[in-house]
Amino acid sequence: MTLSVPARWALRAVMALGLAFVYVPLLLVLVNSFNGDRTFAWPPHDWTTRWWSAAWANEGARQALVTSVQAALGATAIALVLGTMVAFAVQRFAFFGRDTLSLLIVLPIALPGIVTGIALDSAWRSVMGELGIGKGLFSVVVGHATFCVVTVYNNVLARLRRTGTSLEEASADLGAGSFRTFVYVTFPLLRSALLAGGLLAFALSFDEIIVTTFTAGPGVTTLPIWIFNNLFRPNQAPVVNVVAAVLIVLSVLPVWLAQRMAGPAAGTSRT
Amino acid sequence: MRRYLRLAALLSAPLLWLVVAYLGSLAVLLVSAFWTVNGFTGGVVREFSLANFRTILTEEVYRNVTLRSVGVAASVTVICVVLAVPMAYFMAKVASRRSRPWLVIAILTPLWASYLVKAYAWRVLLAPGGPLESLFGVTAGYGLPATVLVLAYMWLPYMILPIHAGLERLPDSLLEASADLGARAGRTFRAVVLPIIVPSIFAGSIFTFSLSLGDYITVQIVGGKTQLIGNLVYANIGAANNLPFAAAIACIPVLIMVIYLVAVRRSGALEEL
Repeated sequence: MTLSVPARWALRAVMALGLAFVYVPLLLVLVNSFNGDRTFAWPPHDWTTRWWSAAWANEGARQALVTSVQAALGATAIALVLGTMVAFAVQRFAFFGRDTLSLLIVLPIALPGIVTGIALDSAWRSVMGELGIGKGLFSVVVGHATFCVVTVYNNVLARLRRTGTSLEEASADLGAGSFRTFVYVTFPLLRSALLAGGLLAFALSFDEIIVTTFTAGPGVTTLPIWIFNNLFRPNQAPVVNVVAAVLIVLSVLPVWLAQRMAGPAAGTSRT
Repeated sequence: MRRYLRLAALLSAPLLWLVVAYLGSLAVLLVSAFWTVNGFTGGVVREFSLANFRTILTEEVYRNVTLRSVGVAASVTVICVVLAVPMAYFMAKVASRRSRPWLVIAILTPLWASYLVKAYAWRVLLAPGGPLESLFGVTAGYGLPATVLVLAYMWLPYMILPIHAGLERLPDSLLEASADLGARAGRTFRAVVLPIIVPSIFAGSIFTFSLSLGDYITVQIVGGKTQLIGNLVYANIGAANNLPFAAAIACIPVLIMVIYLVAVRRSGALEEL
């Protein structure tokens, strides 16, 4: 449709306002991390980098970061394997209950996190607890993997739909066995989809707090839990703010990576 | 036969995980909602009872909290749709071709920023004596309006991205054809654009609605004393140590989401996720 000039300007204005709405709060956190005042008096009167050194020296925050990375790596690895398997099954085979299966994979992110959280918690206590396996980092990985499968599944499924089977058939016609075909044909075709899905899974897990609250064993503190625990302590505010600023800066990284590895298209694939 | 073996090999591990572990957990949760807790010993009584549901249905506080939570989820969804449709349209059709990918990146990047960090940013922004108050003289403060605002802020990209994807698939030639046939912008929007993006809007609303419905963290950070369903569930697991009752309350958002998913499935929204 041909939009009038005022309509174009109105849309441009909404876009600008929307972007401001999205970015102003995040910029505020970045600015505040250099705010010399302990209670973030605004506008800032003096500037300092001492909160950054305080955060760097904070043992709890560092330990929480390590725990978060471990949990996210574990959950991503499981999600990559399971998500790819389901995507292959759904795309390459017709079977009873296929539509239900695709609904089931969406379920862990479609249901409120607190429901998944308490369901896994009570099941873990009554099944794994009986076996003598208490909650710890492993239960966090299991919980995260459950809702991370969908991101890998969606990306791989979309890729399989687009590429079709002709290249694999060509490989088989040329005498390659199914293992060889997978290594030399199928996997390279899937690589960027796996990367995009894996990145999303990692980010989902790294950021998760609700399921984590219910599945983490005593002493297992991921970064979001650490932030939440320290959020209401006024004397920790500057350190929490620096950790928040770091996470905002780091959030540019996966987008940049996806752009570099696979062009703009991979950056737009989402859950 | 080999084909079936392959299918079984592919599906066994994921099904074991998702059906046995996850659906199993949900089923146990559902069953435990019918159990009760012995008021004396605090132990769980594994006998069928509708007591929990009777309490939820008869006591006013639960109805109020449910209505409030659904109201919050619906308001958040509406705010997101109102903001996302013009933004996505601008990104897909109006902006110069060179700037389009950058706009997508600009919307995508905050998705990777931590949920807690965003809630924290708004806590600082809305604080009494904080930046909003010292710049404009007013702040919404912490409470229900702040909760709706911050949740809408969090889930806005989840609404923009599916609508944008839907619009990208709409060829410009259709818009031109509509204009050539004499339709003005408003008519073209209703007759051509809207039918294309409705499934996308529903897909986005699954995120905005479900994520708002289950939230109890943002509410604690910017909601003041406001209570949503999530807070009640959490309070019953933690302080009250009444897992069966928590499970019964948790059935409310599950029921609402299942009804919602089944309702929007017909529009093809699940394909857009």
